[in-house]
Amino acid sequence: MSYTAATVQLLDIEGKLVTSDATAEYLPYIEKLSDDQLREFHRQMVVIRRFDIDAANLQRQGQLAMWIPSLGQEAAQVGSGLAARPQDHIFPSYREHVIARIRGVDPMRIIEMLRGLSHGGWDPKEHNNFHLYTLVLGSQTLHAAGYAMGIQLDGATATGNPETDEAVIVYFGDGSSSQGDVNEALVFAASYQAPLVFFLQNNHWAISVPVTRQSRTPLYLRPGGFGIPGIQIDGNDVLASYAVTTANLDRARSGGGPQFIEALTYRMGAHTTSDDPTKYRDNEELDFWTKADAITRYEKFLRSRGAGDDFFAEIEAEAADLTADIRRRTIALGVPEPSQMFEYVYSEPHALMDAQREWLANYEASFEGGEA
Amino acid sequence: MSVENLSMAKALNQGLRQALLADPKVLLMGEDIGPLGGVFRVTEGLHAEFGDNRVLDTPLAESGIVGTAIGLAMRGYRPVCEIQFDGFIFPAFDQITTQLAKLTSRHHGSLTMPVVIRVPYGGHIGAVEHHQESPEAYFAHTPGLRVVSPSNPHDAYWMIQEAIQSNDPVIFFEPKSRYWPKGDVDTSASGFPLHSTRVVRPGTEVTLVGYGPMVSMLLQAAEIAESEGTSVEVIDLRSISPIDYDPIVASVQKTGRLVVAQEAPGFVSVGSEIAATVTERAFYSLEAPVLRVAGFDTPFPPAKLETAYLPDADRILEAVDRAMAY
Repeated sequence: MSYTAATVQLLDIEGKLVTSDATAEYLPYIEKLSDDQLREFHRQMVVIRRFDIDAANLQRQGQLAMWIPSLGQEAAQVGSGLAARPQDHIFPSYREHVIARIRGVDPMRIIEMLRGLSHGGWDPKEHNNFHLYTLVLGSQTLHAAGYAMGIQLDGATATGNPETDEAVIVYFGDGSSSQGDVNEALVFAASYQAPLVFFLQNNHWAISVPVTRQSRTPLYLRPGGFGIPGIQIDGNDVLASYAVTTANLDRARSGGGPQFIEALTYRMGAHTTSDDPTKYRDNEELDFWTKADAITRYEKFLRSRGAGDDFFAEIEAEAADLTADIRRRTIALGVPEPSQMFEYVYSEPHALMDAQREWLANYEASFEGGEA
Repeated sequence: MSVENLSMAKALNQGLRQALLADPKVLLMGEDIGPLGGVFRVTEGLHAEFGDNRVLDTPLAESGIVGTAIGLAMRGYRPVCEIQFDGFIFPAFDQITTQLAKLTSRHHGSLTMPVVIRVPYGGHIGAVEHHQESPEAYFAHTPGLRVVSPSNPHDAYWMIQEAIQSNDPVIFFEPKSRYWPKGDVDTSASGFPLHSTRVVRPGTEVTLVGYGPMVSMLLQAAEIAESEGTSVEVIDLRSISPIDYDPIVASVQKTGRLVVAQEAPGFVSVGSEIAATVTERAFYSLEAPVLRVAGFDTPFPPAKLETAYLPDADRILEAVDRAMAY
């Protein structure tokens, strides 16, 4: 699959704005942006790509158990992530590193998960409503639907004030789209008309299985059967991702019910560092998506609007600084106390946890000063 | 003291009503729980009293019910889900075990998951496949969940309210065969915490432990044993996870014999767990091995065979006799 006649693209692969009937609805969202805001898209994409590449290196160097690359999907994520308002809630899958960063999650929290130190650990309430990663595919779409139902029950949406009305955006992929939970989430969201935007990143591969095995119909058409409008965008076009997501979130927050965006993008690297994509996909496809790269075209766009070498050098320096800082902090990470295993299993006292915590402490103490 | 004579179904209904009155964040959600009042009528009248925003008839999708309940709990609600029948909980098994049970831990304690899942369970109702099962062991085996089952209307009235007040997820198993017999409910005071076993009938020679639908069977067996000259103590577990062991161990230290009974298959079951732990904690008091009385390790059979499958007073007495013979 590649772009179709239905794909909304605001910035073509040469970095030129597309003016057509199809883009007329969305270009005003871009025209409203200042140069600084337009440059912020680039900064986020470039910095996260550098971080992402170096995190994969950290895995190869034995510092991480695994890495989950987001390489190639920066535009889909940055555009939609910056489209969410502060009051919105974001339910990620597990590859949305840049959205985590945009919402104030220190990338070290993700590094810690993939080094085997935690299963999550940030508090969404203190990180601009960015919820935890979910590794079981599609489960988070139901949590997002329930959360959006709660917003509605609270009367915190569709009051007519876009500055405070809340909405939810949930991320998932082409593989997840086959999961029962995703389909149930579409049913629940539609039935209760919950303020929820489904954001499907179609990166074309579920590990080694192509999207054609997941669906024989373009995925943006699938929500139609649930009574939810669907739209397909060029996911490597950060402006389309931003504008269309903004429009969809605003529709959801103003009482328009759930919305669905399919962002066509490409997983340029492996599924995770455990994977070898050369075994199952060909170079022709990779070439197509290399030419469609988000950052290359966006740099051309910014240069056409006057951004100079200084700006790009500054971003490169920021990316290098972040990467060096993450590397330094990763290598310095310790290991949590084993007793932490028992701490948060229940939120209230629990006899079995107390007994096992005590047993482990005594067992470990029994070796102190001994020959073990 | 204010005592009413209620069926367990009505006691649960009144307990749910109290919870809805006490806290505007409490929501009921499930299939057919609205105007119909649930297939067992446990929520009868509540939709009319509290409306669409408190009593939600959901789409017919169990994973969807539990998954959206998780999202609602993240928002600050306290959802109480009804799963229509025991055998229908499995479409929600993934959301319960991989999400609901782990989210507090995954958030390092910053998120609580006050979700109650009510599950009518057990046999003796002559129903079709998937409508008579006892899946409690799956959930007791899952860290992060609390699992309880009342055996009588008074306990049901209070336990459902305590479960809803818990900040941890609670799987609340309701014994279908006990929905209709009436009992006294003291609506002024519970008299016990959620996770506490209760000595229902004192005795000196054999301890019988069970929960939910088995407790009335154990009491029947105890009466027959008494008439035959054996003094039997009966303990109602009430909480399957965690288990309040101290009263059980104290009882076994007195009687020296323990029989554990359940409708669920015996292999890798709640009864097995109790047998192992009591053996560790009261080994020197035991006069006989701990014996289990359980459903067979087969699928729950067609209804006309259920009396052969389910433990009854006679099978409990057979185990009492074996324990006494050591």
